[in-house]
Amino acid sequence: MNFGVDSGIYPLGSCTMKYNPKVNEALANLDEVRWVHPDQDESEIQGILEIMYKLASWLAEITGTHAVSLQPAAGAQGELTGVLIIRAYHKLNGELGRRDEIIVPDSAHGTNPASASMAGFKVVVIPSGEDGCVDVEALKEAVSERTAGLMLTNPNTLGIFEEDILEIADIVHEAGGLLYYDGANLNAILGKARPGDMGFDIVHVNLHKTFSTPHGGGGPGAGPVGVKEHLEGFLPVPVVSFDGERYYLNYDLPNSIGRVRSTLGNVGVLVRAFAYILSMGPQGLERAAEVAVLNSNYLARRLSEIRGFTLPYGEKPRKHEFVLSCSVLKSETGVTAKHVAKRLLDYGVHAPTIYFPPIVKEALMIEPTETEPVESLDRLVEAFRSVSEEAYSRPEKVLGSPYNTSVGLVDEVKASSPRTLCITWKMYKDRLRTSERGSR
Amino acid sequence: MPNPYIPNDTEDSEKRLLEALSIPDVEALFSDIPKEIRLKSSLKIPGPLPEADVKREVESILKKNRTVKDLRVFLGGEVWPHHVPAVVDEVSSRSEFLTSYTPYQPEVSQGILQALFEYQSMICELLEMDAANCSVYDWSSALGEAARMAARITKRYTFIVPHYISPERLTVLKTYAEPTGIRVLKVKQDVKNGEIDLKDLKEKVSRETAAVYVENPSYLGFIVEHVEAVAEIVHDCGGLFVVGVDPTSLGIFRPPGDYGADIVVGEGQPLGNYMNCGGPLLGIMACRGKLSFIRQMPGRMIGMTTTKDGSRRAYCMVLQTREQHIRRERATSNICTNEALCALRAAVYMALLGPEGFRELGENILYKTQYAVKRLSQIEGVRVPLFDAPHFKGFTVNLDGASKTISEVNERLLRRGIVGGKPLRSSFPELGETALYSVTELHKVEDIRALEEGLRKALEEG
Ligand SMILES: Cc1ncc(COP(=O)(O)O)c(C=O)c1O
Repeated sequence: MNFGVDSGIYPLGSCTMKYNPKVNEALANLDEVRWVHPDQDESEIQGILEIMYKLASWLAEITGTHAVSLQPAAGAQGELTGVLIIRAYHKLNGELGRRDEIIVPDSAHGTNPASASMAGFKVVVIPSGEDGCVDVEALKEAVSERTAGLMLTNPNTLGIFEEDILEIADIVHEAGGLLYYDGANLNAILGKARPGDMGFDIVHVNLHKTFSTPHGGGGPGAGPVGVKEHLEGFLPVPVVSFDGERYYLNYDLPNSIGRVRSTLGNVGVLVRAFAYILSMGPQGLERAAEVAVLNSNYLARRLSEIRGFTLPYGEKPRKHEFVLSCSVLKSETGVTAKHVAKRLLDYGVHAPTIYFPPIVKEALMIEPTETEPVESLDRLVEAFRSVSEEAYSRPEKVLGSPYNTSVGLVDEVKASSPRTLCITWKMYKDRLRTSERGSR
Repeated sequence: MPNPYIPNDTEDSEKRLLEALSIPDVEALFSDIPKEIRLKSSLKIPGPLPEADVKREVESILKKNRTVKDLRVFLGGEVWPHHVPAVVDEVSSRSEFLTSYTPYQPEVSQGILQALFEYQSMICELLEMDAANCSVYDWSSALGEAARMAARITKRYTFIVPHYISPERLTVLKTYAEPTGIRVLKVKQDVKNGEIDLKDLKEKVSRETAAVYVENPSYLGFIVEHVEAVAEIVHDCGGLFVVGVDPTSLGIFRPPGDYGADIVVGEGQPLGNYMNCGGPLLGIMACRGKLSFIRQMPGRMIGMTTTKDGSRRAYCMVLQTREQHIRRERATSNICTNEALCALRAAVYMALLGPEGFRELGENILYKTQYAVKRLSQIEGVRVPLFDAPHFKGFTVNLDGASKTISEVNERLLRRGIVGGKPLRSSFPELGETALYSVTELHKVEDIRALEEGLRKALEEG
């Protein structure tokens, strides 16, 4: 048993679980993709190179950047690429020794600080303001001649648009830092606004979120990175270029950070995203953003009316996702976000992301995407309503859930405890043997 | 017409949603985006196209590729053409697997969780290691992660690699290792047989050595035999032994766990994954069973447990406190999305082959390699291979004694529908006019004969 987008609504916040068009699968499964070796002569892989070249230029247009690398295998690898570019940029300016800090808000996804530290930076965390957005005063205090850059997603992980973005960009740029855009939330603003126009210097996009490629139970994805013109020379090599007649692999980037993975990139994923953009066109992408945001606000309104659930950080419109809290439910009934999530599974829907972002207590982060019909949104609302009613009338029902899933509540604590940890069959058999010996 | 992928893109649905929100139009939901940064015109990208046209368009672009089925391709290095059993496609295209996210809710994700647990189990059997994660991006990033992992375990910051390492993997290794202060050093290899120069290694290891890395079979296809001596030298100095493998060789060669490896990395693409012009790939990562090692492992791991009431076996993600969503800047890695579906494919593949199948596969490739070496070395002026050692899958073809360069020959081969080996001059200038060739179980005797004839003709032609 395994729940996928094709099984039902999968409102996992921050993950953009939209429908994965089947025609994209059919195209990515063609021999001309599957049975091609990346080291074949460029004349033999013009098709792939053309797709890569065009996709990169479309992504540059969509994100408002100048040049795009398709090499990174996922969002986090895009982030690593981005912060390595920040590093190389300061190094070239002779400032690396001094600029050793990357600023991230406390609402950031875990990959942001993790990527910054992998690139050798110290991570400076700034608290979010009362509105859930970057606290401009806190940012002003945090920046200094040690600032290498700021990593931000907009709309942020609460689904709120950072209205002060231009001021934020100015503050960071004036301090000599660069701005990095975590593109996980790009679905909210497709065709409406572009990170590049907001002042971001480097942008990654998650093709496996915004551009509809399937997540495959955890991967593969692809995390292309776009940069403004002054950073083009830092991109990983090779990039695909066009000389007017043929497409070729260009290794001639003077300040390239090198490579973040072998070969050309997750080409199979790139082909799907290419087909998706062609199907959608400019109107379709903008419509996706509109309906994703509409669906999200509809759910936010209806779910926050349900007893025990609140929408922290005010009534401002949300974008493609929003974060509910069930703190009230917890204090009144003992039912936590995790319990709610488990009980929702019984109603045939997937649970939201829980306990993220870390700034919301008992967080349930919900992203319906544009590909769910209103009926399925309503079904989710009904499921939440039932869970709330149960929590107040017979909480033990919720606390003991799930009941309708292929297995009951899984013992995750036992799974990770050193004495019972079992990550291979061999470990399992060894353990059986020891316990048999013990009982003899 | 409403957009086919946006069911609420109809007047009725939209009206219902807008009314519920008491707003006149969707624009109201975007009014908080400052005017200065609102996009004034629509995006300059093509489309929208109906499905039939999307298909036609993408297919017509892709037709410009020639595939391994149209050409006789002798390339390897990072990815290789291998047979993909139909069952692998069948299982991995099940939409329950394909369209699911990372299994955060184990109660509705037992399918993918069990598949990934079995992947970890079988990879460990194959490598003779105790623990594995359920994938990183590819071999090269696995190597980068292994260097970082070794540094965390040993608190030492030098990572020693063989001279004839894959150049792409070396670049990626440096990308991953150097920002956190890990120095990458090369140890010499014998020009005659490729063996690690033990004298040089002894001089280079020190109390700073986090690990020594060996690829087996090496990037150039030869087998490194004195691996135990290498393991001993690095272990004596308190460092770790990291081994990179091609899993298809392990049905006939000793597994790295058997000769002292502490961390093993490798490319899982040959296990039921297509080349896909370079990706998605499957980074294999495994280690010894010490908890102090497992705790330093990057990426997701799946464990077997039971339901809370103890009534059923069940699977879930384990030791998540290593990972970025909990440990943030102190996480073992930033990896989040991985290559789970490729790992699932590898699990299906490994289960299909079993030990017998792996032995047959390994023998098949070994025979093909020997056959290719034997045939090609009969051509005058051609030296195959450069190294006096057993070779598996990959082998070097040197043209120093011939009148043409590698690229001249490759051009001529291509005219005959043959894709020659990868030129090595820019990576290893000391090897002269040398190319890296590769054969797998998919190469037929006729293919190798055609290569022989093509090479002979290419050298004879004016
Ligand atoms: C906000 C945010 N940033 C970054 C990432 C990392 O992306 P990926 O999982 O593709 O590495 C994610 C997704 O998991 C995310 O939700």
